[in-house]
Amino acid sequence: MSKPLIRLELTSDPRILSGVRELVVAIALRLDFDKTSADQIALAVDEAIANVICHGYAREPGNPIWISIQEGPGDEPAIKIVIEDEATPVECENIKGRDLDKVRPGGLGVHIINEIMDDVVYEQRGDVGMRLTMTRAGNRALNSPTAKQKDAQ
Amino acid sequence: MSEGHGLQVDISERDGVAVLAPKGDVDMSASPNLRASLRPLVAKDKSRLIIDLSGVPYMDSSGVATLVEAMKLVRNHKGSLALCGMNDRVRGIFEIARLDQYFAIHDSIDSAIAQF
Repeated sequence: MSKPLIRLELTSDPRILSGVRELVVAIALRLDFDKTSADQIALAVDEAIANVICHGYAREPGNPIWISIQEGPGDEPAIKIVIEDEATPVECENIKGRDLDKVRPGGLGVHIINEIMDDVVYEQRGDVGMRLTMTRAGNRALNSPTAKQKDAQ
Repeated sequence: MSEGHGLQVDISERDGVAVLAPKGDVDMSASPNLRASLRPLVAKDKSRLIIDLSGVPYMDSSGVATLVEAMKLVRNHKGSLALCGMNDRVRGIFEIARLDQYFAIHDSIDSAIAQF
């Protein structure tokens, strides 16, 4: 993996989300992702940061969130995105998408991230904060087999 | 019309059906505004409501959650709710969440009205 193309400190204010999405789309396009895939990656980042703001910081504004974006290896478009915070750490095994058969508002963010990205790893940063590392390689439509499914074949 | 965090919400009526048309991205910063606009419409008994999403270029899970909540309230009050005008990007999130079968989704307001 190369050094980050960009590392930014954000604040836990939902109004930053639109700007972050535009940034992620712009970088993903420069890394040769197509527009559909760039939009998907921006959605995954949006959901991840919204989860930090909503659950990590309980919607309290003014707390730090860091995002780093790197180009991934290989011939096809590839990206690695790291999102870090200083929120109260949670047990990583408790971070999972909800059962989609039970229709109710909320709880979709983790599921969406897992659908879009190839690899998603949550870890505690120590005494304070969480780190989410997610990678994605290749262009694909949302309803096509994911890389994870391809790997399983 | 209401406006907040970049989301404008127009409310009109066609053939006795309320049509709510948000205009702008529906993300975590804008979904409270959409929820506030929906609340008086979904709390009525037997309300008939169309949400026209043709002016929504982007929606995240907070927007989807707002619409799920609205649908549940409408059903509790024995009303009907339909969605129309979704672009592929917005439809994609409904498909990921497997909610494209939960909602009545139409291409246009006309076809949504025909459902009622």
